[in-house]
Amino acid sequence: MSAENILTAENIAFERNDSLLFHPVDLALSRGEALHIEGSNGSGKTTLFRLLTGVLQPSCGSVYFRGKPIEQCRYDYLSELLFIGHQSAVKGMLSAQENLRWMSPPATSSEEIAFALTSVGLEGYADIPCHNLSAGQHRRVALARLIISKASLWYLDEPFAALDKQGIAFIESCMQAHIEQGGAILFSSHQDLAKTAVRKYSIVGYQEAF
Amino acid sequence: MSAVLAGGFKAYLYRDLLLAYRCRSDLARPLIFFLVVSTLVPLGVAPEPARLAALAPGIIWIMALLASLLSIESLFSSDFQDGSLEQMLIAPNLLAMPILGKVTAHWLVIGLPLALISPLIGIMFSLPAVAMLPMLLSLALGTAVLSFIGAVGAALTLPLRKGGVLLALLVMPLYMPVLIFGSATIQSAVDGLAWSGSLAVLGAFLAIAMALCPLAIAAALRLSS
Repeated sequence: MSAENILTAENIAFERNDSLLFHPVDLALSRGEALHIEGSNGSGKTTLFRLLTGVLQPSCGSVYFRGKPIEQCRYDYLSELLFIGHQSAVKGMLSAQENLRWMSPPATSSEEIAFALTSVGLEGYADIPCHNLSAGQHRRVALARLIISKASLWYLDEPFAALDKQGIAFIESCMQAHIEQGGAILFSSHQDLAKTAVRKYSIVGYQEAF
Repeated sequence: MSAVLAGGFKAYLYRDLLLAYRCRSDLARPLIFFLVVSTLVPLGVAPEPARLAALAPGIIWIMALLASLLSIESLFSSDFQDGSLEQMLIAPNLLAMPILGKVTAHWLVIGLPLALISPLIGIMFSLPAVAMLPMLLSLALGTAVLSFIGAVGAALTLPLRKGGVLLALLVMPLYMPVLIFGSATIQSAVDGLAWSGSLAVLGAFLAIAMALCPLAIAAALRLSS
């Protein structure tokens, strides 16, 4: 475990209903790097994200942020972290602008929010309740946080789900820019990035219970 | 640092109030329940003013308790389904602050309106005028305690698909002290006794609930998610 690594996961596994969900995971992520988590449906990618964010406790193994266990530097770790989950946390009854307002840091200005919404192609949709938007537009509201956030570590669970080609290209360019600025990204996806070269990690689910 | 740790209260209070405002029909349901069920009592028991006035303190409090219980189940469930609860759990701030904001919002949209329309029910039950103010105050304080206790139950039963009945079984025993002192406040006022004592006990309950329940809710949410 070198100090260069922002994130290190050592031998983490998760037990559900008396069987392990996936083979123990070892991974390391350093600055300016993106790691693509691959795995078949049900192999535990989303669970892995929940373990890494600390929402779930791993059955064994531990997660280190800059060489320290995340339980010991919870505040520092979580303030550097942006997690966009499979469930987008977008409230249907609120408009895109209102959704971004409560998901962003309190200091975020209205101009920043408007700029982020324009960037993801939702100009003119800012005041419409999100339940009137399509699935892809929903996703765009959630992904607009990438533009507002100043976090250095991004966890993106299926960021490309429901997005169209332009949307995917745009998010990929955001990810590229983030890596170039020295950030780190961990993402799961069933498709490869077109331009950016990334390391891959395959997560292997246990097909049957022991 | 402490200001940063304490963040989240205002954001979640504001968001939940806004959500409540957008779903006004959901909001009115506990209030209408409170009103309709209260009108059933004179029909079912007896329409004589003397008997109704004797029953009023207990009945009004039981109705308020049920109305609060009815609405508390959904406190965390929609956040749980759409992933916002996950975002709340991984915010660097103290988890107790957004929880305090959410429970405060619940009290503002359920408990406070219940307290405010209670004089209407008091008149229906021919409750003496001296008991109106104590009733309003005891409901305002007491429903806040109910929101806090109910939220602990809601957080614990969150992963269950049909947790409604279990939630009721879980929190009803904890609601009892609030019910006892709440109706005692009204009863004392009806009997012409000093009622500030039982009201002060409700205030003490609220102080304890406000300090301890957010921590219990935070622990329960971490377990449930």
